[in-house]
Amino acid sequence: MTNPTTQAKPILEVVNAKLAFGEHTLWSGLNLSVMPEEFIAVIGANGSGKTSLLRAILGQEALTDGQILIGGQPVGRGSDRIGYIPQHRATDSGTPMRARDLLQMGLDGHRFGLPWRSRSARERVRHVLDCIDGHDLADKPIGTLSGGQLQRFRVGQAVISSPNLILADEPLSALDLQQQQAVANLIDEERREHRASVLFVTHDVNPILGMVDRVLYLANGQFRIGTPDEVLRSEVLSELYGTQVDVLRNQGRIVVVGTQDHDHHPDEEWS
Amino acid sequence: MIFNFADYDQLLPLITNSLIAGALLAVMGGLIGVFVNTRDMSFAVHGISELSFAGASVALLAGVDVVVGSIAGSLLAAGIIGVMGAKARERNSIVAVLMPAGLGLGILAISLYRGQTTNKFGLLTGQIVAVDNPQLLWLAGISVVIVATLLLVWRPLNFASLDPEVAAARGVPIRALSILFMLLLGLAVAASVQVVGALLVLSLLVTPAAAALRITKVPVLVAVLSVAFALIAVLGGILLAVGAGLPISPYVTTISFVIYVVCRIVETRRK
Repeated sequence: MTNPTTQAKPILEVVNAKLAFGEHTLWSGLNLSVMPEEFIAVIGANGSGKTSLLRAILGQEALTDGQILIGGQPVGRGSDRIGYIPQHRATDSGTPMRARDLLQMGLDGHRFGLPWRSRSARERVRHVLDCIDGHDLADKPIGTLSGGQLQRFRVGQAVISSPNLILADEPLSALDLQQQQAVANLIDEERREHRASVLFVTHDVNPILGMVDRVLYLANGQFRIGTPDEVLRSEVLSELYGTQVDVLRNQGRIVVVGTQDHDHHPDEEWS
Repeated sequence: MIFNFADYDQLLPLITNSLIAGALLAVMGGLIGVFVNTRDMSFAVHGISELSFAGASVALLAGVDVVVGSIAGSLLAAGIIGVMGAKARERNSIVAVLMPAGLGLGILAISLYRGQTTNKFGLLTGQIVAVDNPQLLWLAGISVVIVATLLLVWRPLNFASLDPEVAAARGVPIRALSILFMLLLGLAVAASVQVVGALLVLSLLVTPAAAALRITKVPVLVAVLSVAFALIAVLGGILLAVGAGLPISPYVTTISFVIYVVCRIVETRRK
């Protein structure tokens, strides 16, 4: 079990943060504490600064104001304490990399020194291959994997070094609905197995609705933070957008109507 | 005669140093070639080699050591391309602008040069057999430094080349590695120009790795095969050229090309 003293400390703290490009403020006064093993969905319109928030956490985007701390320390440029799951992109078939190499890179790709593989590193790769059920695909070139298969290995790559924090940037986009649910479930299982907090950027909360502890909803330079039931309500989002927004619930799915910036799939059901 | 091995037992001792330097250059070319391919730098190699030629020609005219001039030209070109050409498309146009400028300058310097004429063509078409011992020492030294550095940065450089988004998130210093790589590439080109000449550098720094990439996607095998192909081309080229008393570059480039064609045929057969 987690030590109670470490459990009390947040993994990630965003303190009074502001990000603006010239006159255009993406968000300001943003305060967010992510506790160990917490799963937070970051939702919002295109251009509302979801990905920029991840970039700021990674130190790749300088805040206009405020501070971001990981494990109590200011962020550098990237960190080996963070697992990162990118959006799916098709890989060039000529890329000299097998699925297993993706995991290996997640483990020691950032290390300088002679590329020597230890027995414990091989064990670790084997363990993660067990977790993501990837043994059959491990030796395939990544250019030959399907989107869902590649994202499974991306999840493995993010958890292999046992990070405290996983940042996921639209990891389900470009996947079909079945693959979306499978990859989302895998992220949920693996973050429990590896005891990591998750910050999950998405434009569709439905595939992860069952696993989300809190939602950070960004829109119009403002934001709301709370449980899905607190935030994903017509009156809350209407106030946030400054226009009439309806949140419809149907068989466990949430559909937001009236924002003109959402890409939900109201016709499709989750099984 | 294109092949002539009549006096081979007497010739061989004379070229021992050339063979050693050639082997070191081949190991270097084979290894750095892997990254030239995965980082999409083939055209940049060509551009750097033309400026290396310009530097060497100016040095020849000024009475300075040719290797020093060629290193200066290479590093200047690599620096400009590295700083200004972060994106592939920009990089290509910068290379295309630099290349004729360098070649023109080199031709001007060579036209004004009143010394031995064999030196002139050597810079364009290769001359290792004629390279004297102090220069061979330079070349060997450069090769060893490049190989050692590449091995030490292998994992992060590979991560940055194949999976830049995740590498950046994991704290790999992408920009610093990119500058370091251009520096190494500049040195590698300067050294290779001495052997195969400015016009044919690609056959040493691109072709062996490109051939290896056709037949395997396993990272270690790509590196090993690339080095093996480069060794076969350079050592085979020197041994054949000595017998005929001709420049080595046509032999090196032909062997290199044949290996590439064979690898492509093997790849097609497998599908």
